[in-house]
Amino acid sequence: MDIILEGIRQAFILLVTFDPEVLGITWFSLKVSGTATFISLFIGMSVGTVVALTQFPGRNFVVSLINTGMALPPVVVGLFVTIFLWRNGPLGFLEILYTPAAMILAQAIIATPIVMGISLAAMQQLPKKLRLQILALGATRVQMVLILIREARLPLLAAVMAGFGGVISEVGASIMVGGNIKGYTRVLTTATVMETSRGNFDIAIALSIILLLFAYLINLVLTTVQQRERPR
Amino acid sequence: MRAILEAKDLKVIRGGSLLVDVPGLEIFEGETLSLIGPNGAGKTTILQALSYLMKPSAGKILFRGQAVGAEQRILEYRRRLAMVFQEPLLFDTTVFGNVVSGLKIRGTGGQEARRIVEAQLEHFGIAHLSDRSAKTLSGGEAQRASLARAFAISPEILFLDEPFAALDPPTREAIVTDLEKVLAETKTTTIMATHDRNEALRLSDRIAVMEGGRIAQIDRPAVVMNRPVDEFVASFVGTETILEGEVRDVNETALMVRVNESEIEVVGKGKPGERVVLCIRPENVTLSIPDGNVKTSARNVFRGRIGRIVPLGLFHRVEISCGFPLVAYVTTHALEDLALKEGIDVTASVKATAIHVIRKSIP
Repeated sequence: MDIILEGIRQAFILLVTFDPEVLGITWFSLKVSGTATFISLFIGMSVGTVVALTQFPGRNFVVSLINTGMALPPVVVGLFVTIFLWRNGPLGFLEILYTPAAMILAQAIIATPIVMGISLAAMQQLPKKLRLQILALGATRVQMVLILIREARLPLLAAVMAGFGGVISEVGASIMVGGNIKGYTRVLTTATVMETSRGNFDIAIALSIILLLFAYLINLVLTTVQQRERPR
Repeated sequence: MRAILEAKDLKVIRGGSLLVDVPGLEIFEGETLSLIGPNGAGKTTILQALSYLMKPSAGKILFRGQAVGAEQRILEYRRRLAMVFQEPLLFDTTVFGNVVSGLKIRGTGGQEARRIVEAQLEHFGIAHLSDRSAKTLSGGEAQRASLARAFAISPEILFLDEPFAALDPPTREAIVTDLEKVLAETKTTTIMATHDRNEALRLSDRIAVMEGGRIAQIDRPAVVMNRPVDEFVASFVGTETILEGEVRDVNETALMVRVNESEIEVVGKGKPGERVVLCIRPENVTLSIPDGNVKTSARNVFRGRIGRIVPLGLFHRVEISCGFPLVAYVTTHALEDLALKEGIDVTASVKATAIHVIRKSIP
């Protein structure tokens, strides 16, 4: 029991004194996961919107692929990104393995299907007749899509939060393609794994508290969105 | 009168079935035309085809003489009309934001847009709700906002697809009254789909009765109600008694028609031996208690027995069997006055002029 209480006490001190190492890792995690989410936002939201609003042969198959992608195991992504970026791999010439760029790439691959799947559902949830109403108001195709995105803005925000939540908490891909290099590719999750294995529970708990805080904030937004209603 | 909108050989085919088949339809500037018919008659489909929200499978739509999709670009055409659906379909913003949306789409903003929106909010009695979120509105308020949004763009044609079907009667009454006022003021050409014939009668200059994607009859309300072209239209416009018979005798003004064992005198055209259908509206049947000396100017007096009495609010629907089934509407007051009950004998009289004759071209 002591070990836990002492760990929490130490963690608390690290947090309130703004320990430079903890702060640096947190900031770097936000940068990597934020950039990855931002990239996934463009690809995920645009593909999700197009699939939601169009009909084409094989659409159900595409939707099932996207939904499968939402459950893509990070270690599998890590494995394939590592193979591709390996010195004699297809993208080895980029020489970005064990750099933040590789981590962003891997995390973007994890986040994109999540953002895509939730965006797709968000756009499909809008009443079908709303599209007719928007066209009847004289909108062009582009205006219609923009209005629909605005109507689905909160579920779309949920998509972004879910994507971010997925990547900030994953560890497998980050450790495989980033290498957990101190001050260079070390993020909250990889640092927690390492400190725990070393028995440095105070830092591990401090990092975990920060992760939990992010998880809570993300879910707060998701809950708010879920509880909202659309006008009739 | 000039046609603002014309449909020629309009056909809509979806999934192999013919949903709309209208060889010709003209809508005149400033008129209100109602499309009535049962569910699945094609009312919504024809509205969507006429507004080009759905591409017709065949045929042409002419807006002010110009073919939509050819001389008239579809987007420009749509920007000159408005549509209100059964659901208000409001956007997730304020009432003001909703009503201004059509103007914004057209690039109209600022003071001019504000002035237009405020006038429309006033027209539909929702000025006080301007800053409210659309989510917090009641069904009636939301439909008012939807109508205001449609009128804000000063449409040249207004399409209404069952706009009041989801509202309770007092709310519906209040909104219909306001819409009536706005239509009288703006003289906006309006095409409304409804399955409520009373709503159609109240708002329309003309009524089109639809069945199976076709327009069975299109005419002034009085004509459609009193002189339906066929049995379907007759039953849909509330003719309760529809009888098949054969013309026995023809004189200068009237026909004698044999229905089962009875002879009915009607005013109309026909030839001896011809099969005809007689339509008798229930309001035109008068009931009395038989006392030997019937004093009525009606030429058709039938003795019969009351089968069933169904209360309909202000009226009672009385089913009489007098050699053929006949339905009469009697006010609650008259029902009590005559002490009408199920199973008693009554005399029913109908004027020869109150019976509409449909000649059956195909026997």
